[in-house]
Amino acid sequence: MTAVFLGLPTAPRGVGHLRGDRSFPDAARDALRDGQLRANLGHATATIRGKRAAVVGEVPDWEQLRQAGRAIKAATMARLDEHLVALEERVTARGGTVHWARDANEANEIVTRLVQATGTDEVVKVKSMATQEIGLNEALEAAGIAAHETDLAELIVQLGDDKPSHILVPAIHKNRAEIREIFLRTMPGVDPGLTDEPRKLAMAARAHLRERFLRARVAISGANFAVAETGTLSVVESEGNGRMCLTLPQTLITVMGIEKLVPTWRDLEVFLQLLPRSSTGERMNPYTSLWTGVTPDDGPQEFHLVLVDNGRTAVLADEVGREALHCIRCSACLNVCPVYERAGGHAYGSVYPGPIGAVLSPQLTGVEDNASLPYASSLCGACYDACPVAIDIPSILVHLRAEHVEAQTRTTPEAAAFRALSAAMSNPRLWRLAQRAAGLGRFLARGKPTLPAALPPPASKWTRTRDLPAPPRETFTQAWAREHGS
Amino acid sequence: MSARDDILSRIRTALGDDRAPVPEIARDYRTTDDRPDAELLAVLTDRLEDYKATVVRCTPADVAATVAGALGAALGDHRPEDVVVAPGLPADWQPAGAVEDDGRPPVALADYAATVTGVAVAIAETGTLVLDGSPLSGRRALSLLPDCLVCVVEAAQVVGGVPEGLARLDRTAPLTMISGPSATSDIELSRVEGVHGPRTLVVVLVG
Repeated sequence: MTAVFLGLPTAPRGVGHLRGDRSFPDAARDALRDGQLRANLGHATATIRGKRAAVVGEVPDWEQLRQAGRAIKAATMARLDEHLVALEERVTARGGTVHWARDANEANEIVTRLVQATGTDEVVKVKSMATQEIGLNEALEAAGIAAHETDLAELIVQLGDDKPSHILVPAIHKNRAEIREIFLRTMPGVDPGLTDEPRKLAMAARAHLRERFLRARVAISGANFAVAETGTLSVVESEGNGRMCLTLPQTLITVMGIEKLVPTWRDLEVFLQLLPRSSTGERMNPYTSLWTGVTPDDGPQEFHLVLVDNGRTAVLADEVGREALHCIRCSACLNVCPVYERAGGHAYGSVYPGPIGAVLSPQLTGVEDNASLPYASSLCGACYDACPVAIDIPSILVHLRAEHVEAQTRTTPEAAAFRALSAAMSNPRLWRLAQRAAGLGRFLARGKPTLPAALPPPASKWTRTRDLPAPPRETFTQAWAREHGS
Repeated sequence: MSARDDILSRIRTALGDDRAPVPEIARDYRTTDDRPDAELLAVLTDRLEDYKATVVRCTPADVAATVAGALGAALGDHRPEDVVVAPGLPADWQPAGAVEDDGRPPVALADYAATVTGVAVAIAETGTLVLDGSPLSGRRALSLLPDCLVCVVEAAQVVGGVPEGLARLDRTAPLTMISGPSATSDIELSRVEGVHGPRTLVVVLVG
């Protein structure tokens, strides 16, 4: 049964960052021509792959943790409504206020209203995929509220007027020299002698943001996990910018997708082992904050939790695709993906790039709005192996391709070609004739191992992105007949 | 219909009328660690040093002197009143002349050079200290704003893995798990220590 059939709405158009302006192959073609981008991505993903492999390798029960993580997420989804109601009850009992948003527009309205009620016109932000997804910064800006990103990579992206290209490290496409150039150009009062040494760049960000943290009255965060049983929220981070935002302002607004919860406190013992090793390749990230509602005299005295659907219930309705909601946003699948490593995150057009993005974005928006993404994969399966909650991404990709093909009302050249192939393969005489005809392709190949990419349409649609091998001198059956007699 | 009821109703539609049973969760991963204390302390020390934290060992009788020595090494010349301590820090752990956190506005804590706190629990395998907002750990801003953080950990507070650590905590307390000084991997995915949180972390391991 599909979500469309059940009438469950997907993420609305015209708001947020789930859809690109161009199809994946078009955007990827430009990215592939950018040698600097490919060098930056190759260097960064190779570094993180090595670190992750080392720290995952030293955990003797990694596979047991992985299967437990998968089971906990499946159990969460199976009773999602009950867990959300429990979470709401606990957060409210501890002095927080829970808001529900059907989609990006509603979430943006709620947050804007909450910020305006405090009388401030600026907020500090902890890196959050959910607020990127719904386009919160743009909505706040339209209401005259400045949103300052405080995560180093988000800051680089914001100052450079750029777009994020990775879930964990949004500025992964920039190298140290490019980051230095952005800081020199955009940071008021920055030391003109700033070098591109990473430690110096981090210090420049510290100096730039320090005063903003100390004066901020409102912070906006996402959440890595929420515990239904206790009402506890958590943010996992490295720099301390998260702690600044979660501790110093009077008001904290946390925006969270409805799928990001776990049923019990004990479940955290699994995810707090799986996430850091899979994401930054560390045994544990430097800082994890856990808070339950409001604590008198410690941290924000006003706490709002905004629960966002924005297409998630449509994903939940698909029995195969719903596994994409198990994602804990570690980005291990991006770092091991041969397609991501070459094309980069921008080519996916969504805040969720890489393999998980290729299954999540089309489901959140409806597959027709991201129709090229399920094909942005070689189905090699590296993402499945790396996923800390064992999401079978290749199977969901194939499932979404089938959904896309079935949704076509007109016959595509590919469908026509496969129909003809099916007819030929069902009839021995036709098949032999077809093989003989295919032998003509050897003339086109002119002795090269593959056919030229510049075939006339509609064949060019296939050869533009794939190498079509030249047909062999003789087929297997011909060779068999020659050597053994027919 | 309110957004709340609408979303809950969508979830019920998505899951269907005859819901699948909730899958069993096999917790066959490690939940205990029976290595002897000495080994756990060695693992904790190794992990913390890997994160570029400084670890000093001492006996219960030497805590105050060890803390004072660690502060001297980290800060160089400093006034005793540049150091602020958690309100519940035992008197015989406190460096002479340090100021006790008295609930002043949190941003005022940024004026201090260093903080001394205790912890609620320490996890050896991940090199993690957990502070729980109690008088011993102090409020969250205390271990965040001064640039040098000194944490005193008693041997009995050290557990092996994450499951044992979480089981010991007050679940609704404001918890901060600290694994090394603040750091970032945002530039070319190489880790560098020292961003917004304390750039220096010293752990005094007692016992």
